Amino acid sequence: MENREIVYTDDLFEKLDDSEKNSEFIAVESKTFLKDAWDRFKKNKIALAGLIFLVVMVILVIFVPLLSPYSYEEQNMSLRNAMPSLAHPFGTDQLGRDILVRVMYGGRISLAIGFATALINLVIGIVYGGVSGYVGGKVDMVMMGIIDIIYAVPTLLYVVLILMIFGNSIPSMMLAICLTSWIQMARQVRTQVMSLKEMEFSLAAKVLGASNLRILIKHLIINALGPIIVCLTMMVPSAIFTESFLSFVGIGLDLSIPSWGTLANDCRNVIFTYPIQIVWIVVIMCLTILSLNFVGDGLGEALENKR
Amino acid sequence: MLKYIIKKLLIGCLTLFVLATITFFGMKAMPGNPFSQDNRALSQEAYEALEAKYGLDKPVTEQYVIYMTNALHGDFGESISKKGQQVADIIISRFPVTAKLGLVAFAIALVVGLVFGIISALTKRRVTNNVITMIATMGVSIPGFLLAILMMILFGVKLGWLPVVGLDSWKHYIMPALALSFSSISMITRLTRSSLKDVMNKDYITLARSKGTKEVMVTVKHGLKNALLPVITYCGPMFAGLITGSLVIETLFSIPGIGREFTSSITNRDYTLVMGLTLFFGAIVIIMNIISDVVAAIIDPRIKLGK
Repeated sequence: MENREIVYTDDLFEKLDDSEKNSEFIAVESKTFLKDAWDRFKKNKIALAGLIFLVVMVILVIFVPLLSPYSYEEQNMSLRNAMPSLAHPFGTDQLGRDILVRVMYGGRISLAIGFATALINLVIGIVYGGVSGYVGGKVDMVMMGIIDIIYAVPTLLYVVLILMIFGNSIPSMMLAICLTSWIQMARQVRTQVMSLKEMEFSLAAKVLGASNLRILIKHLIINALGPIIVCLTMMVPSAIFTESFLSFVGIGLDLSIPSWGTLANDCRNVIFTYPIQIVWIVVIMCLTILSLNFVGDGLGEALENKR
Repeated sequence: MLKYIIKKLLIGCLTLFVLATITFFGMKAMPGNPFSQDNRALSQEAYEALEAKYGLDKPVTEQYVIYMTNALHGDFGESISKKGQQVADIIISRFPVTAKLGLVAFAIALVVGLVFGIISALTKRRVTNNVITMIATMGVSIPGFLLAILMMILFGVKLGWLPVVGLDSWKHYIMPALALSFSSISMITRLTRSSLKDVMNKDYITLARSKGTKEVMVTVKHGLKNALLPVITYCGPMFAGLITGSLVIETLFSIPGIGREFTSSITNRDYTLVMGLTLFFGAIVIIMNIISDVVAAIIDPRIKLGK
């Protein structure tokens, strides 16, 4: 091989004219972390569609009592099992109640359970996972051992037990769902905290005399927010799923509480004669759950390629 | 290896013991007692006789010891709602139905999931890949029971191709098994695809190819064998999913299996049966988890050294 040495002499370089020196000029607008993530999220069309659907759903579900001419319980015996029409876009059920309105009322409870349990899981998961990951050592081993033991048993069995003890109300349903689903969040937080605490900024904070609590909350958890938010979005659909399937089988919420599960249970006896009634509920549920998953995936991509 | 298996078994036993304890005291904490459900008023003597018969007059700790010793001998007591029937006998008579359906679903999930995963990892055609990705995304998000309802309406009611009640011929298996395995198919597809893609880029694959090994051999012997690990570890949790699913699928399709028995025992507040079934379900899932862990450790000895 030829060994060539380059000699740098002054005449190889050309001096830049003063007018072209503008090192202070910023070519790209500086973005905050959230703005950056939002820009990436917007590029994902499916995730954006999911988000729009969800926002519309939430608004409809919240304002349904103001918007609809019918109430949830209002019966119209002359209009039983009606097919979809202008007055009743989704038709009516066996007692002449408007299905669209009922589905929206059901969405209130189902979505509320989904979001509320996700938030509870967030708190428990951050505390448990944060402590376990940050303290490490024996504490971590014991805490993870407890999780393994809880996790080895199917969620269903705990849920059934809780519902039998505390009755078929909304709070006990939420307790039952939270009892095992926080584990996922705790594991996620723990992994994040464990890798982040080895980083230099965490050492720097320690050297500057920050307390452990401050490091954990201000430096580690904040930096792990991306994966945590993704995990959070994924918990909502799974909570909705658990609630609806238990209520559908008749062992979940009390049948007088309108949720998607209990509504589907209600329509079960006309599934062969008026299948369209249950199809509405199924379709709306599928769309909601799909949207939540798409948004979760989109958020994952948008927030995680930061690092 | 033996040490690893023994360790797993011990943890499994501990988990089962914890589950049994929680279930027992949970049932004791439940409001009311099994006999107050009866509509006819019981005389004081009859009530006491019943309590004595089921051993409810003894102190709770003693009941606990008795229950645990009996459970160890496979005796879960007598069903409360079905007079004269032993819980163990009910489980034995119902379990084969669920096991058959579960195994069919398991086989479908494994075969279809692997085939989809392999195709999607190796194909160069974008259309094929997109279709499989779409199915996989839907499968992960859409709950199996919603799919079951839709299939039931479409193929059972509208088209009349498939029977919707019972489990008599092979045709009866199609819909329940598909609905049961749907989410597992997607999970296995995803797992196989990502791990196979990973493996196919490894150096030893290039080496095998450069030695002139046929492409089929390279894929199966060198690629797939190494890519299977995540699928095997997933098999444990998959059984938990199948059991949870069997509850709603069996209720929906009126299949006389153990899942439907579980739902009806909960509705009937048949405490002894619920406890027996809970332990049974828990034991199956724990055993399946141990098996999949051990198989994974046999295939990849690095696992048992701890992650």
